[in-house]
Amino acid sequence: MKIEKDHQRFRQIVRGKIRDDLRRFLTRGELIGKEGKHLISIPVRGIELPHFRYGDNNDGGVGAGDGSVGDSLDPNGDGTGPGGTAPGAHILEVEVSLDELADILAEELQLPRIQPKGMHQITTRRDRYSGLRQSGPESLRHFKRTFRQALRRQLMTGSYDPANPRIVPIRSDKRYRSWKTVLKPQSNAVIVYMMDVSGSMGDEQKELVRLEAFWIDAWLRRNYEGIENRYIVHDVRAQEVDRDTFYHLREDGGTKISSAFKLAKQIMDQHYRPEEWNIYLFHFSDGDNSSETDSRECCRILREQILPHINLFGYCQVASAYGSGNFINVVHEYLDDVDCVLTSKVNSKDDIYDSLKTFFAKGK
Amino acid sequence: MIVHHRSSVQSELSEYARRIAEIARNAGLDFFETRFEVVDYDTMSQIAAYGGFPQRYPHWRFGMEYEKLRKQHVYGLGRIYEMVINNDPCYAYLLTDNDITDQKLVMAHVYAHCDFFKNNIWFSKTNRRMMDEMANHATRIRRHVDREGFDVVERFIDVCVSLENLIDPHSPFMKRDAADRAAPAAPRFVESEVVRYQTKPYLDRWVNPPSRIQAEREKIKEKRKTEQHRLPPQPVRDILHFLLKQAPLEDWEADILSIIREEAYYYAPQGQTKIMNEGWATFWHSRLMTQHLLKDEELITYADHHAGTVAMPPGHLNPYKIGVELFRDIEDRWNKGRFGKEYDECVSLEERRRWDRKLMLGREKVFEVRRVYNDVTFIDEFLTPEFVERFKLFQYRFDPATRRMVVVNRDFEKIKAQLLFMLTNHCQPYIFVVDGNYANRGELYLAHKHTGIDLDIRYAVETLKNIQFIWRRPVHLQAQINDEMVLFSFDGHQSQQQKIHGDLPKPAHQV
Repeated sequence: MKIEKDHQRFRQIVRGKIRDDLRRFLTRGELIGKEGKHLISIPVRGIELPHFRYGDNNDGGVGAGDGSVGDSLDPNGDGTGPGGTAPGAHILEVEVSLDELADILAEELQLPRIQPKGMHQITTRRDRYSGLRQSGPESLRHFKRTFRQALRRQLMTGSYDPANPRIVPIRSDKRYRSWKTVLKPQSNAVIVYMMDVSGSMGDEQKELVRLEAFWIDAWLRRNYEGIENRYIVHDVRAQEVDRDTFYHLREDGGTKISSAFKLAKQIMDQHYRPEEWNIYLFHFSDGDNSSETDSRECCRILREQILPHINLFGYCQVASAYGSGNFINVVHEYLDDVDCVLTSKVNSKDDIYDSLKTFFAKGK
Repeated sequence: MIVHHRSSVQSELSEYARRIAEIARNAGLDFFETRFEVVDYDTMSQIAAYGGFPQRYPHWRFGMEYEKLRKQHVYGLGRIYEMVINNDPCYAYLLTDNDITDQKLVMAHVYAHCDFFKNNIWFSKTNRRMMDEMANHATRIRRHVDREGFDVVERFIDVCVSLENLIDPHSPFMKRDAADRAAPAAPRFVESEVVRYQTKPYLDRWVNPPSRIQAEREKIKEKRKTEQHRLPPQPVRDILHFLLKQAPLEDWEADILSIIREEAYYYAPQGQTKIMNEGWATFWHSRLMTQHLLKDEELITYADHHAGTVAMPPGHLNPYKIGVELFRDIEDRWNKGRFGKEYDECVSLEERRRWDRKLMLGREKVFEVRRVYNDVTFIDEFLTPEFVERFKLFQYRFDPATRRMVVVNRDFEKIKAQLLFMLTNHCQPYIFVVDGNYANRGELYLAHKHTGIDLDIRYAVETLKNIQFIWRRPVHLQAQINDEMVLFSFDGHQSQQQKIHGDLPKPAHQV
């Protein structure tokens, strides 16, 4: 179609603007939490063409309906009613797919595409709404079909009164949208995030982890059709938690990193056969392990049990006020020869950019 | 009637198109030949993004609009049933997957739009060969792209589009060029302006002393001289025209600016008659469908569609709804003779309610209304307190305390004033060129005519930059902000704003 060119040009402009601002997006959490399933809405500056227009005091209008003077038009809303209370700040919210965002990231960081190693053996299930049936949840009710059915019944039974054409559907009139499940093969990856939640990891550190994990997710999602996330937290013991707990749990006490690796290994063995899954492990810590012995034990577990089966082990050490931060040195010492082990230090949000580059520059 | 035959469904459609046209003509509608084309949603989104046309010049904002429309459709937030272009012949696009009831409704709707385009006076100066003209514009701009380079041309189009609302929608009705020339040609003798008191001839020397007369003559000549050099001679609202004539533009730049301006004028009447045009089309589709075209089994689909068209959630003013109800109200009032001095002065509610002079002038009246009114005059003339009450209209405003939109008024006069304000100049500010040679430095001086609401400063500053891009010399905008007169300036490098004070040179005119 003719408009294809204009559309591509528009996307190109949007991508350019996002790219210009990427460092800012990387370092501020403003995108996180705004992401939908596949799309993310990004405020992009300077796209809209300015016109002379009225300012904010032009906020009235005419509407219709019930309500007396003083009533809110939108009693349940958050106050952003009609009539342009949106900021005229020359900013356009543009929806970008997470894939596209990942592409922009890759373009900017010059990341190579990852070669999946899976065999496309795994299939996923997708639902497609295509038919009708007589039972189902109310949210899927097909209004027009239901109404028609009720009208037909009332006409047939003679309960339809043209002078008062009131149609009341009964249960057997109701029609619901129904779906079919389709299977689709795809290549899959699992990301296991591990985080040290010992006393030395504060909120600031966790925020860094959160930002970094968001971008790791985005990039891996771009490369695999199916992504699963697992979250492990540990102090001296490790446990698997959900995403929300992962970012908010706070524990006191010591640190035994090996506990997390053992649990990760266990999860891998139980759920993710390495022939089918691309496995990514990321560990975030301040590097303050309880003992040198445990640090060496970690490296042993990694080398013998984990590293042969996975695509990438990324260790990301965040700076903290307390720790010695020695773990990264141990990893360097014992695992320097292994290709799939990568480390980075993130002392502040500005380092996320380089950290991501370190992890994914090899295309693993 | 040409429907492009692709399947039997479409030949069925063209049969319907023929029948509906016949019924519409019999009902009194008078339209250009109308050509329907059936398109899929993607094509429809493209056409809609292109403002109704199958092709436009290359520009990313069409792509942006296209994306928005596509998404609306995917998320089920909106559906374009039809597009119709003001052109002779009229072109209208129908959606492939509309069901046949929808298609009939839409065709009836389209014929009424075509009738409106053809007969409403505000459309009388639009180019009825716009289909060809748009294609020519696209070709011209592509040629400039080939010669000047994509980026340069795109940048310039961005600038022009940013200024596209700086036109004067009334100017097609003025004989502008004639007026331009007429002003200096008019014989204005200096003597006729010199003040002479009536007196007897023998007293003249004393009542009108020659020295005073001479002095006055000199003064008038002097004033003439400065006036002659005023640019523009009067404040100008069609800023694009002024820039075309006066700004130092390359040929290709002038060509692009003139294209943007021409297209802006083509679209202007559609903005001026949104309520009327949609109201008229809805009035007729409803009438033709219910009286002639509906089959029994189509009733529910029709009712569902029509209800969607005229639905008006609180706080939103649906032009389809307001328009159709006003037309019906007018028809009813003129049928019953509910107008004129006698009716207006009748104070008995009961009598007013029963008022029916059986004049049956409604049909004639609605056709007259669709011919000579635009939205502003339409609301001004035909919005009645009864109507406002019947449709529960209210005025709302943003309440800073609760940060919500709240109902502030159910008073007829206030509601009407608010509506009129929203419709006047499409709710856009009035900006004039008041001096094209400000302070004798070749600088451009614009002024905002304040009608109660301030300009948005951030947008104004950005837009001013685009004007400077065209004018090349420094530009200024005078605007009233928070009850103070402020001068915004941009010289190509730096924006500044200052309160207007006595030491600043005055522009040639004030608005």
